[in-house]
Amino acid sequence: MSSDATTLETEVLIIGGGVTGAGIMRDLALRGIQSLLIDKRDLCAGASGGNHGLLHSGARYVSTDPGAAIECRKENALLKRLAPQCIETAGGLFVAVQGDDPEFADRFPALCQHAGIDCGELTPAEARRLEPVLSEKLFKAYRVPDATIDPFHLAMLNVDHARLLNGSLYRPHTEVLRFEVAAGEIRAAICHDHLHNRRLTIRARQFVNAGGAWAMNIARLAACTDVHLLYAKGTILVSNDRLAQRVINRLRPPGDGDILVPGGTVSLLGTTSTRVEDLEQVSPTAEEIDRNIREGAAMIPALAGARYIRAFSRVRPLLQPSGTTDRAATRGFALLDHASQGVDNFCTITGGKLTTFRLMAERTADLVARRLGNDRAGLTATVPLPDNEASSWADPAAAPKRWHHDRDPDDMILCECEMVPQSAIEQVFANSPDIEKERTIDLIALRTRAGKGPCQGSFCGIRIGSYLYDRGYYRDATGLAHLRDFLDERFKGQRSVIWGPQAAQMELAEALHCGLLGLDTLEDE
Amino acid sequence: MMRGSGTARQFSTQLAVIGSGIAGFAASIFAVNRQIATAQVGNTGALAYTTGYLDLIGKRGGAVVVDPWQALASLRESEPKHPLSRLDTGDIRQAFTEFTDFLGACGLAYSAPGTGNLTALTPAGTLKQTLCVPATMAAGARALAADAPCVIVDFKGLKGFSGAELAANLRQRWPRVTTQRIVFPGMERGEIYPEVMARALEVAATREQLAAALRAVAGTAELIGLPAILGMHRPDQVRAELERLTGREIFEIPTMPPSVPGIRLRELMQQVLPQKGVTLIPQQRVTALSFEGDGATLALCDAFGPIRVHAQAVILATGRFLSGGLEAHPAGIREHLLDLPVTQPADRADWYRARYTDPRGHPINSAGIEIDDSFRPLTGEGRRYHERLFAAGVILAHQDWIRGRSGAGIAIATAFKAVTEAERFLAGRQAMAPGAPPLQCH
Repeated sequence: MSSDATTLETEVLIIGGGVTGAGIMRDLALRGIQSLLIDKRDLCAGASGGNHGLLHSGARYVSTDPGAAIECRKENALLKRLAPQCIETAGGLFVAVQGDDPEFADRFPALCQHAGIDCGELTPAEARRLEPVLSEKLFKAYRVPDATIDPFHLAMLNVDHARLLNGSLYRPHTEVLRFEVAAGEIRAAICHDHLHNRRLTIRARQFVNAGGAWAMNIARLAACTDVHLLYAKGTILVSNDRLAQRVINRLRPPGDGDILVPGGTVSLLGTTSTRVEDLEQVSPTAEEIDRNIREGAAMIPALAGARYIRAFSRVRPLLQPSGTTDRAATRGFALLDHASQGVDNFCTITGGKLTTFRLMAERTADLVARRLGNDRAGLTATVPLPDNEASSWADPAAAPKRWHHDRDPDDMILCECEMVPQSAIEQVFANSPDIEKERTIDLIALRTRAGKGPCQGSFCGIRIGSYLYDRGYYRDATGLAHLRDFLDERFKGQRSVIWGPQAAQMELAEALHCGLLGLDTLEDE
Repeated sequence: MMRGSGTARQFSTQLAVIGSGIAGFAASIFAVNRQIATAQVGNTGALAYTTGYLDLIGKRGGAVVVDPWQALASLRESEPKHPLSRLDTGDIRQAFTEFTDFLGACGLAYSAPGTGNLTALTPAGTLKQTLCVPATMAAGARALAADAPCVIVDFKGLKGFSGAELAANLRQRWPRVTTQRIVFPGMERGEIYPEVMARALEVAATREQLAAALRAVAGTAELIGLPAILGMHRPDQVRAELERLTGREIFEIPTMPPSVPGIRLRELMQQVLPQKGVTLIPQQRVTALSFEGDGATLALCDAFGPIRVHAQAVILATGRFLSGGLEAHPAGIREHLLDLPVTQPADRADWYRARYTDPRGHPINSAGIEIDDSFRPLTGEGRRYHERLFAAGVILAHQDWIRGRSGAGIAIATAFKAVTEAERFLAGRQAMAPGAPPLQCH
């Protein structure tokens, strides 16, 4: 081990900075338990950040998994009350169009009622009045209390609250390489700190694997072979405009292109589902894009000609099913205590979905607290999630509203698509994790909406870079290398949907970034 | 000019140029110089996005090109289908000379094409190889080469132009470069824009106040670098006066687009070309182009109604996706006006490489239309689309102007070739049918 290796100590090490890991951190802190949350990349880098941002009413699962439907219904109501700052109570519609099974449509309200989900029928005309983009071929429509939730904002607020409560810490870019196990206990996690490129030993009493799709791999590092996951790649498109006010679901058994979810100023269309083996190399294919659009257009014809600014794919962890399809019966979560695997202080939480993250965190924290001899009950079902202005810059709806409120003409907007001003950058820096001393474009990209709008960072990346040079955060060519890397990263999400006006914008962006600034050949400058 | 109310206004001309980017304007300039009656139509396109630098070949295979003339020779070897490979070096040089001479004669001085590339500054503090630069920018390249003491001045409220960024990235190469931030006269609060600053500097009082502010921070610097804001219509005079008032040599550095040097070019062309007899119908998109026995007809429409332009020859210089010459559809890339066949990757999945800044460039960038040696577009069967139709600019296939840093070069040189070929065609026609009037209004 290198000489600059360091050792950290904590009561609980939580591996995986998705919403579940962040939720566990806060839940434990509310019980007075100190923890350290690590992620090999950063908050919501996996499935937590790669979904529609849908807060399920539960209606989606009434036919396939009534248990999950009830769970969703309860969590939906609870989160709307306790974390309203992360939620837009958009409401949702389930719609059937010509060709869909009328029997399924007729059964739907009874199934909702059975799960306790508020569901009201609308006439096709009423539905189309609410959402004019809906197809004329609509024959059945129901409204349900679907909503949207911003996972980045949510994860940040959970982390912020835990830090405030008892100094629990979050470290991004920290990857577990192996565990030190002795006498039936994990003693330490040997990690690589990617930010400083060094080894890091983390000692803890309890270890929690909240690795999402990576949970099986992480469990195996502790020789636990009882986590069985399948990987389903989901591909989602992001449109340039918000096409509908509400969540629009296709009223049929779950399938491709069956949901359109609003996200601030855009809409998200999904989702294809494909079984994959590789967790790291997932990107949208032209076929998946076309399939989503084709299916979605049956419900909302405008999707066929819409302008898309991004498409992304993420891997969802599915619990190994017993002979069913990927879409059925596998969206539940599992908490494994690994008692049968010869380790007593390690558990794995995986599967599940964004809507039930709090419940998953609570169950996990129950186990961890019991193992630590802490008998305090979980409080996340009753204590509201405190607000934190610095974290709200990640929320698609928050930035423009606030900017109109208190506008200082000298506080210039750096990201014009998403209205992110200079002051947001300073707030984010002031609030960022302690280990991130470096003030980089990347940090801003993760913690604000900058680069998420129609220009996808082409212009704001340059402006933010210049601002960071002005402030002295960059003092050499590093800033340009970071700018290039930021643009390369944004491009991954754009690459599969570049046609129409996007091709024109890409030509302009490339002319600027490569033709003028030479970001394609920085090394030989 | 009107034939009658309610019907289309009709123009007849020898040459119609479709496109108002650098290629289109260059074609009109070359046609004017050859006394060819010309009408130029089409969207103003991407001209406002240019920096003012006129590149020929700045990079090859990701490597810096010092001598673009030599690079042309190796380009002919390795990329014989590249549009620049199909031109004589002498023609390319003459094209640049004619183009920059014309701009100079109209009051926008440019450096003449030299024997090698100039090393010019970018707003990020990186360097760029280019053939010709506006006179307002020339001192920057010289000062860098000489490590002259220089202060780069930026402005409170001007986003995306940071003297600190320029200095941080230039310092290794240019130790004596420093930076200062000042307030632009009369623009103390909030965001300010290069175009507004440039127009303000057309006023003497603003120049005097700016000069005073510059003197206050210039210290021992011999040169002052500024963002490109030195006036819209007489930048050389604005610069000369600021130099007189500050006692320092002054130069401009391009800003993020839309940039003042691009707007200058556009405004100059729009003002000068009509004075030289060109029928200019800018900002309008040509909706149809058809060929009959005796010529071609362009259909378009402006605020006063439909227009028809009848021409003996047509140059298609409609650009790529940004200017609308090419359209990318999910099913494939198409040429917008005539549906000319477009050489392109077989599959949409192959349009772009995985990495955005891949120095090899993206396959979609080399998509475009095919031409023969006379720069006439070809049909799918490899025949000329029409003897009256020529093409120029970055709509042509087999080039990546972005990675090659050769946008202006391709535009100017191929426009020169297309005009030369159109002139030859028109001369042949004229020999057969003497007395065709140069420009006729019905």
